[in-house]
Amino acid sequence: MNEAIVEKGLFLLSIFSILIFLLIIIFIILESFPAFQHIGISNILFGINWAPDNGFYGILPMILGSIIVTVFALLIAIPLSIGCAIYIEEFSQNHIKTLFKPIIQTLAGIPSIVYGFFGLMVLVPISRDFFGGSGFTILVASMVLAIMILPTIISLSQDAINSVPSEYVESSLALGSTHIQTIKNIILPKASLKITTAIILAMGRAIGETLAIIMVAGNVAEIPTSILSPVRTLTSNIALEMGYAIDIHYNSLFATAVVLFSIIMVLMIISNVIEHKWGC
Amino acid sequence: MKLKVKNFNVKINNKDILNNININFKKNSIHALIGPSGCGKSTFLKSINRMNDLIDKFTFDGNIFLDDKNIYDIDEVSLRKKVGMVFQKATPFPKSIFENVAYGLRIHGIKDKKFINKKVKESLKASALWDEVKDKLNSSALNLSGGQQQRLCIARTIAVNPDVILMDEPCSALDPISTFKIEDLIQKLKRKYTIVLVTHNMQQAKRVSDFTSFFLNGHVIESGKTNQIFLNPKKEKTESYISGRFG
Ligand SMILES: Nc1ncnc2c1ncn2[C@@H]1O[C@H](COP(=O)(O)OP(=O)(O)OP(=O)(O)O)[C@@H](O)[C@H]1O
Ligand SMILES: [Mg+2]
Repeated sequence: MNEAIVEKGLFLLSIFSILIFLLIIIFIILESFPAFQHIGISNILFGINWAPDNGFYGILPMILGSIIVTVFALLIAIPLSIGCAIYIEEFSQNHIKTLFKPIIQTLAGIPSIVYGFFGLMVLVPISRDFFGGSGFTILVASMVLAIMILPTIISLSQDAINSVPSEYVESSLALGSTHIQTIKNIILPKASLKITTAIILAMGRAIGETLAIIMVAGNVAEIPTSILSPVRTLTSNIALEMGYAIDIHYNSLFATAVVLFSIIMVLMIISNVIEHKWGC
Repeated sequence: MKLKVKNFNVKINNKDILNNININFKKNSIHALIGPSGCGKSTFLKSINRMNDLIDKFTFDGNIFLDDKNIYDIDEVSLRKKVGMVFQKATPFPKSIFENVAYGLRIHGIKDKKFINKKVKESLKASALWDEVKDKLNSSALNLSGGQQQRLCIARTIAVNPDVILMDEPCSALDPISTFKIEDLIQKLKRKYTIVLVTHNMQQAKRVSDFTSFFLNGHVIESGKTNQIFLNPKKEKTESYISGRFG
């Protein structure tokens, strides 16, 4: 009797949270609708000019901006974090392992403005001194983003490495393979699925990051031409202009949001498919 | 003597696990290790291929000689190549049947495809698995039955040409028919290899082994020809263990 009530209660709660989520999505889609209707889907998605004052609402520069910054961030973060995870799990002494854990948790908990501030005060000037220009570049934005997603990939990769059954490892060592060979041939292949989903999760986080990026990316709404160009991401586009946007401009920011969460939804679907289809 | 163990002691976490073990293992024989759970059989087995080195708080003294060479004078990779191990639970890698057997060859730097093919086939034949898997070498090893998986693990072990094979209760998770197949296989293997077999199954020790050592609480109580141990034990504790009065 009591259990039935608890179960019903939990059911209602979960329905409620799903409902809220759906309402938000519906709201965003409805608000974006006028933009798609008046400007045209392809003009929004593939337009290379973003100039609301002159009636241009192309968000292709921002789509590319988000993708490029994320890709570079991953290129920096993946080798670093997987290397770090392998070191901690396979080579470090126990006391180092226990030292690393809270450090990584703390890194993950630091608010993004702190990372942005660090980027602005340290990395932007370095980039300016080294490469000239303003210093607000894709390079710096990707580096800040990379630092921010490191903890996610590290700790999830650690879990992945940890979850490789020790029997596999022992069998491999008992056959006379070295520790390194065992890592390369047994541990990493077995952990690779989970590491992949970790990377996708980090990708979602990177694409969604806003504040830190705005502080260091320069935010010029143009298709970047080099890694030293400034860049504006989808999230920045919304955050920068939401304060004063009206009418179709306002709706086009919601269109940006729709594109953003479509990308993230696709990533989450991919990660779920990986987990369930080839799940370990 | 293939293997000689002299005054060997093991501590883990400063707790005595093995005390003053002295056993000789004759070449091309099957030597069974019996004894109640927790008496140190697995620990002893893993001392021989130095797998215990992986345990944090493992310390030992005394010596183990393989072909009169101290095993700590041999690097662990070459040692483990010479002293293979089959675990209690079959642990095929999540790879194809072929790749499981080829694994040891590949990690030891062999690239010659023909040689690998030949060796895989030989090893699968030697472990009495070839006929059952020859048409599906590329399918996953995880789809095999438990008994087949265990024979695959034996094939994987013999592919790297060991001298000694350590087996830790290789049949304990298997049905009687698979057990019979593996016992049969073990007896064939002794022509080429020296086998150390940990078993809980007294009948199995009696059926397959030439020598038996009885472990109790980290001590070897008695060691000798299997027939003698089972028919005419010298120590009372051995007698009561094999007659099933404890353990
Ligand atoms: N990694 C380890 N850390 C701490 N203690 C261990 C470790 N491995 C083994 N021991 C201890 O060593 C003793 C002997 O264990 P071992 O596994 O060798 O026994 P066994 O004879 O193989 O038992 P079983 O027949 O149940 O397999 C046990 O008391 C066990 O708790
Ligand atoms: Mg054991």
